[in-house]
Amino acid sequence: MFQQRPIGGVFVQPKSVNLNEYRVVDEPFYQASGDEVGVFDSCYRNGLPVLLKGPTGCGKTRFMEYMAWRLGRPLVTVSCHDDLTASDLVGRYLIKGGETTWIDGPLTQAVRSGGICYLDEIVEARKDTMVVIHPLADDRRVLPIEKLGTLIEAPPEFCLAISYNPGYQSVLKDLKQSTRQRFVALEFDYPKPDLEAAIVARESGLDRTTTELLVRFAGMTRNLKGSGLEEGASTRLLVHAAKLIAAGVTPVSACRSAIAQALTDDHEMLTAVNELSSSIF
Amino acid sequence: MPTIAQIEAWLDQILEVEFSFRNTAEAVRQISRLAEQDQHYVISWVRRVASTNVELGYQYALHVHHALVLMERESVEAWALHAMDTYDRSGLRPALQVIWEVDDFIRINRERAIGCVLQEHERVLTGFLRGLSGRKLKIQSAEQIYTDTETLFLPPLLAILPSPEQNFLLYKVMITALWAQTRFGTFRTNLGETLATHPNPQRILALFQCMENLRLEAIIARELPGLYRQLDELRSALGEPPLPEIWEPFRQRVSQRDCSARDVLMQVCVMPESVQPYNAFAYQGVLLLDQVDARITARLEREKALFRIKLKMLEEELREQSGNQSEKRTDGSRFGKREIRPEERPEELQVEILLHDKPLPLPDDIKELITSITLDLGEIPDDYLQPAGPGEYDPALLQQDNALDQDVWQGSYHEEGAFLYQEWDFRRQHYRKDWCAAREKSVEPVYDGFAEQTLEKYSGLVKQLRRTFEAMRDENRLLKRQTQGDSVDLDALVEALADARDGREMTDQLFARQHRSERNIAVLFMVDMSGSTKGWINTAEKESLVLLCEALETLGDRYAIYGFSSISRKRCELYHVKHFCEHYDNEVRARISGIRPHDYTRMGFAIRHLSGVLTEVDARTRVLITLSDGKPDDYDGYRGEYGIEDTRRALIEARRRGIHPYCITIDEQARDYLPQLYGPAAYTLVDEVAALPLKVSDIYRRLTT
Repeated sequence: MFQQRPIGGVFVQPKSVNLNEYRVVDEPFYQASGDEVGVFDSCYRNGLPVLLKGPTGCGKTRFMEYMAWRLGRPLVTVSCHDDLTASDLVGRYLIKGGETTWIDGPLTQAVRSGGICYLDEIVEARKDTMVVIHPLADDRRVLPIEKLGTLIEAPPEFCLAISYNPGYQSVLKDLKQSTRQRFVALEFDYPKPDLEAAIVARESGLDRTTTELLVRFAGMTRNLKGSGLEEGASTRLLVHAAKLIAAGVTPVSACRSAIAQALTDDHEMLTAVNELSSSIF
Repeated sequence: MPTIAQIEAWLDQILEVEFSFRNTAEAVRQISRLAEQDQHYVISWVRRVASTNVELGYQYALHVHHALVLMERESVEAWALHAMDTYDRSGLRPALQVIWEVDDFIRINRERAIGCVLQEHERVLTGFLRGLSGRKLKIQSAEQIYTDTETLFLPPLLAILPSPEQNFLLYKVMITALWAQTRFGTFRTNLGETLATHPNPQRILALFQCMENLRLEAIIARELPGLYRQLDELRSALGEPPLPEIWEPFRQRVSQRDCSARDVLMQVCVMPESVQPYNAFAYQGVLLLDQVDARITARLEREKALFRIKLKMLEEELREQSGNQSEKRTDGSRFGKREIRPEERPEELQVEILLHDKPLPLPDDIKELITSITLDLGEIPDDYLQPAGPGEYDPALLQQDNALDQDVWQGSYHEEGAFLYQEWDFRRQHYRKDWCAAREKSVEPVYDGFAEQTLEKYSGLVKQLRRTFEAMRDENRLLKRQTQGDSVDLDALVEALADARDGREMTDQLFARQHRSERNIAVLFMVDMSGSTKGWINTAEKESLVLLCEALETLGDRYAIYGFSSISRKRCELYHVKHFCEHYDNEVRARISGIRPHDYTRMGFAIRHLSGVLTEVDARTRVLITLSDGKPDDYDGYRGEYGIEDTRRALIEARRRGIHPYCITIDEQARDYLPQLYGPAAYTLVDEVAALPLKVSDIYRRLTT
């Protein structure tokens, strides 16, 4: 399934990799709001890496699960954080009983087994970490493992996807041009109100009327983006609130705990958001 | 217990009886009847009030006895502070009014206790209002409840209902009612023309208001059912009479989904004479058509221009992105629109802008503009879709909101556009609210090669500085022999294995780890630009800054430079030399060279303002370094103890915000007051001006290692 080219005379026999536990067995619920499924399909078939852009909680990760299920490939998700090093992705030597053993990182595992590797919130990772994905993300499609002195060529089944949220204002959390220009970008946004209500209803089992009100409330919090809130309520938060309501919590208090408190710690903004929810329900 | 004679002596001294015609006998008589504790209390407060104004203090002394009978001590203090604040804001007469009318103060206080003050809840209410959708509206206090379509005007205090919560709710309902006017097309009618031609315009206007309110309430009931329920409760709490019988059928009619404000106006014109307008409910505002028309006319023109200019910018951006491919299609009217009107909610119009028949992703500012335009016109007219031609619009048209800096100075009491800061009055033992009006300006760059000359003059020192600062740099490096790490430290492993073979204990420090730079410092230099720095002090300051910048560039710390100067509290100025996000380039060098001495040294406002600037920077350690040549000093009484006390307060506030203040001064008397201001270890006195450039970088090095 994969080929290995030794560099500098070093050759390490890879262990067989089994990523069955990373397979998505049941069909995840995903409601397309545009042509994203088709575009991703074509990227996959052409070996192009994909960049998912969009605010938090609008369905990027769910979309990846759905595509992994649809394409029948294991999905390796790495949530990036600011201490994520290149070896965390590629792999490292460990010491076992007086000997060193090489352990593959998640990215290497995905490459070897022809899975889909999804690097969530890529901008959170350190800048030097991002560079290791560059050779994988252009027409070379290889993963050099410096410490083993090998190059792993990615099989056609392998796919690389990364996500990022362009809404952050920080200049530190911007994607480098050299990285972003390797990817096909798919833009995600909160679904249109009707669709969003349908999604929330389906995910939570709450009745349609209440979910529509919830979606309208979400719209209000999104109006506040930039005038007090960093982000409006995401679809994910709506699902949380809807689940609480379905379980018998009153709508106003569900909105307070599941949405308002999640959005901000600013006391006055909290009050304003709560006033909005009590106006709707 | 002090004797009457003693009290008299104190009062005479505080109230400057010797130089005036004041008679303290009455005040002394009253105060002498108080308990001993109260006597001391009153005398100390008379002193504090008199420090603001002697006459105010005298009147306070005369009335405080009465106030103590009526109120708790806390309220009496609030009363005195309110009087002093009033003096600061509006002068002696209104302040005396506060002292004389204790009863009024008590009434207002009681109202405040049950009522809701707009100012206190402004942020919450604005947040609520912004969430509702539509144009971004503002809130302002006024006597009448109305809107001019950009600002909602509300009474400053509501105390109609018995509890603060209910009064807050009343504000909320008022806001929603006014918002609904702008959002659901109350002003998209030809009401003005109808009134002009009608024989009885007043009646039409009144009827229109009644009907329109009913229509908007029906919409609120549909859109915000929760709020409508609260409105119902509020109406019964207010004891509002029910809607007159005769209005009931009209209410039914305007409650239909497709009823618009135009329909309402049409119905009003044919309403039978028997229908009389009902009295508006307490939360319903009035329609001030003049105000609305003025706003709309100004806005329409501005937004049309803005919209077309933004389209042009968008067009250029797209052309750049597509690499000039569509260059050939430069014929006009390429922008189109598609309007989507959901059936159940006709008022929710969505407009998409099309380019070559494909919908465009729009930036937020254009989306906001579209919302605002459709609120006024109900659609985006076709002529709006023509991108603006070059030079078609006067740029001044677009900057209507940001009054120019110079405009602000027309009329010295204008405080618009300035940052207002409080100031500590040590005699009053309280802050003076919004006392200093501070503005940020930029230093005019002077390109005279000053920086190059300085570098040449101190070339030996510069080399040495670079070396020392390079050594301080905390760089990423590989740490060996760690218990945890990314890779195996082979040397350590070999040794450990050998040890194990030898029968010795094996160490667990077998890994190598990348060490990351932890130096995370933001430093702000606050440079004295007062008149006293004229001459060589100014030059020394500038030279120090150049050398410092060199050093800091080597080190990689984030830094900003601001100058400050003032002339009275109304003209406090901060001169920006380098922002945190700016690079140290030629322009910054030229600005350093352009630092000139200006007026006086008011320090409190500068510390307060720059602390704010510093807090916005994301850094672990924040340092505020002042370069100064003397005591805080300004010509309107900001000197001596007053200035020092205010500066001390400002520094305490800064420390509370997690900032480390430090001062470098060349004032020889600094030892008398600086320890008190900055603390014993947070200042340096440079006794020789010429040594300043040599010392500053050195001090910085010591300070941050």
